Amino acid sequence: MAEKIGVYVCHCGSNIAGTVDVEEVARWAGASLPGVAVARDYKFMCSSLGQQMIEEDIRTQGLTRVVVAACSPHLHEKTFRRACENAGLNPYLLQMTNIREHCSWVHTDRAAATAKAKGLVSAAVRRVAEQQPLERMYVKVNPATLVVGGGIAGLQATLELADAGYPVYLVEREPSIGGHMAQFDKTFPTLDCSACILTPKMSEVGQHDKVTLLTYSELEEVSGSVGNFKVKIRKRARMVDAAKCTGCGICIEKCPRKIRDEQFEVGMGYRKSIYTPFPQAVPRIPVIDTANCTFFTRGKCQVCSKVCPTQAIDYEQKDEIVELEVGNIILATGWKLFDCRKLPQYGFGRLANVFSNMEFERLSNAAGPTNGKIVLRDGKTEPRSVAIIHCVGSRDTNHNAYCSSVCCMAALKFGHLILEKTQAEVYSFYIDMRAPQKDYEEFYQRLLEEGMHFIRGKVAEVTNAARKPEEAGKLIVQFEDTLLGRQRRLPVDMVVLMGALEPQADAKEFGIRSCISCSEGGWYIERHPKLDPVATMTDGVFVAGACQGPKDIPASVVQGAAAAARVAGMISKGTVMVEPVVATINEEECSGCRICNTMCPFNAIEFDEEKQVSRVVTALCKGCGTCVAACPAGAITGAHFNNRQIFAEIEGALWDAINGETASEPHDAGTERSLLAGLSNP
Amino acid sequence: MPDETFEPKIVGFCCNWCSYRAADLAGTARIKYAPNVRILRVMCSGRVDPSFVLKALASGADGVLVAGCHPGECHYISQNYKAMRRYHMLKHTLAGLGVEPDRVRLVWASAAEGQQFADAVDKLVEDVRRLGPLRWPANWTEDGHRREAIAGMAKEHEEAMEVLP
Repeated sequence: MAEKIGVYVCHCGSNIAGTVDVEEVARWAGASLPGVAVARDYKFMCSSLGQQMIEEDIRTQGLTRVVVAACSPHLHEKTFRRACENAGLNPYLLQMTNIREHCSWVHTDRAAATAKAKGLVSAAVRRVAEQQPLERMYVKVNPATLVVGGGIAGLQATLELADAGYPVYLVEREPSIGGHMAQFDKTFPTLDCSACILTPKMSEVGQHDKVTLLTYSELEEVSGSVGNFKVKIRKRARMVDAAKCTGCGICIEKCPRKIRDEQFEVGMGYRKSIYTPFPQAVPRIPVIDTANCTFFTRGKCQVCSKVCPTQAIDYEQKDEIVELEVGNIILATGWKLFDCRKLPQYGFGRLANVFSNMEFERLSNAAGPTNGKIVLRDGKTEPRSVAIIHCVGSRDTNHNAYCSSVCCMAALKFGHLILEKTQAEVYSFYIDMRAPQKDYEEFYQRLLEEGMHFIRGKVAEVTNAARKPEEAGKLIVQFEDTLLGRQRRLPVDMVVLMGALEPQADAKEFGIRSCISCSEGGWYIERHPKLDPVATMTDGVFVAGACQGPKDIPASVVQGAAAAARVAGMISKGTVMVEPVVATINEEECSGCRICNTMCPFNAIEFDEEKQVSRVVTALCKGCGTCVAACPAGAITGAHFNNRQIFAEIEGALWDAINGETASEPHDAGTERSLLAGLSNP
Repeated sequence: MPDETFEPKIVGFCCNWCSYRAADLAGTARIKYAPNVRILRVMCSGRVDPSFVLKALASGADGVLVAGCHPGECHYISQNYKAMRRYHMLKHTLAGLGVEPDRVRLVWASAAEGQQFADAVDKLVEDVRRLGPLRWPANWTEDGHRREAIAGMAKEHEEAMEVLP
């Protein structure tokens, strides 16, 4: 039976139509391509009207195949498959071809882009004629969820799911959950204390009967797919038996070794060799820092073991690999602070009284190293003037082009705290003041009224080289005041650098391990930047919080909850559809050579000893098609990507070169048809 | 002398997970590159049967691009290594057929490497343009001379076979 193919070419507003002559492509497809019964162009194919048009044509014109030339199939293949299904057409009889990301957006020459779009449409039309209806498969969804990262986004996701009654495994690589929020002093714009709002959530998670907490642990390996992931988690040796430890803290008190705390206190304070990062840590089980412990480095001491009332100290403890089965994964791995040393002109790490934003958080925190007293590096002198420099490492093409989005508000918060706690004058050096969320602008107005000074301009340098007597012993901020249009110098006692939020150092590697990808900057890529901000391209893997891009606490909480809602939806539905794109072996053609057996990394091909043939275990097959390409007998077929389909696609893509022609001028329609008709399928 | 106006036709095979998304990213980032490559999607670079490449060249392509995930980053664990092995064998075969192996290229592009993908396309287009048109299909037109030559060969063969016991 000859196929009746419908071709739908999308304008995407002017996104495609601006570079590709879409009307011409549709007209040409209708006139020249074999089997095309209907060819239309439309402003927005993905709109409900566009979809209705396709559905209507399937019903009234009896289309047996559909080609949509629009954006990436990763964006809208689902949409158009659904439209086909609505009209009673098997969704696998649709082929999408990408004339936006792969054509109109990357080319400027209209004629060349139109010719390429024709090639892509021609390939899709030739391919779709060979496509076969496939039946979808459904798999059960394991109700357990893995949440990676115990910061505020991860905590929120964990609680939402656990409160809904679903089991959650929360993995955190630090000894305690809490994340960066636990380090903060106050939170903008309401100025409630960070710990006061965070610690109740932490203890709720710690005590929840549905939550299994795996701190000081890291995700090592993810296998399986949506609904049924298998994950391996490395529980690093704490050297403390969690079952015996009561969290009394006497070991910490008695430990004779004090070392600088580079993580939680960002080098501002000290901790012991056996420690919990902060007093409200969840769990309260301490960890031995073996690199700095006297017993582990010199073989002597064991004070902690001697004082422990429950004999919980276990110097022999080894890393443990925990294997879990989960249905979904939420990644909430957060961010790291920009290394302010990368901007040597600001003197961080060289000039004592230049602080990073995180250092200032600890300085101002009532539980911090100075008990909340804002003082200079000497630990006692109160500053009389403070400069806060915005956009350190962000909005800077030498480092990070993006806006870190939280620093303006954090700078205002710092300004307020300094004005409240000291007599100092506070100067904010900003490029643009960004206060777009609820009550943020009001907070900015409040600081204007409180007397914080705002200077618009980027600071060139922070130096201690005085030129005038009044600059002696001070830090001099050299800057351009862009409102006055003048170069100025301002002597201050303290400088706070608002360092950028950056992706975790291992974000990329970690993303690969979890089967998701990062943007160039290292932030995880969501499925759709506007309409699907927590899902990823990998089904069953979601992102939440700052690992997806810089964001503040409210936005992280929203994303944590959103990701949890998506997961809860999948769990309550119980099953999830998986693509029927799998390989099958024709036993009659199989020679039993077993080459395919070694090709499959998922062990999805088994060998039937009796019949001496190989067989694909459909549930394990992921549909990569490597065995199909490798089979010397051609006995393996890859559903939806079989040789006939791909050969037809190749011929279609080369419609204008098929006769050795390499010129890109459009052919006479009659010739083309005869050329294409002359090609037989392989 | 290279033909200045020659616009090569190139077929690209991109894997669904990394390289196709790299091409998508090049689009969303509005990175411009040569319009000569028509991209077809396969699930994995490991699906690219050498016959696809030959088919493309035989159908009039001047070059073929195969793009996959970086080694060690394959969505299917290690299938891009298999693509790599086949690619090297294919290069030998092509050389044996008298096709410049430079017309066929295997590249790696992660989903974050839109710019690298665009650069690889530009580089390949430039190299193929320098090599000139392949004209494989044109070389196989069944003209009288060729048919005569083939008939002659067949006859010779038959005669040779007859001598044997």
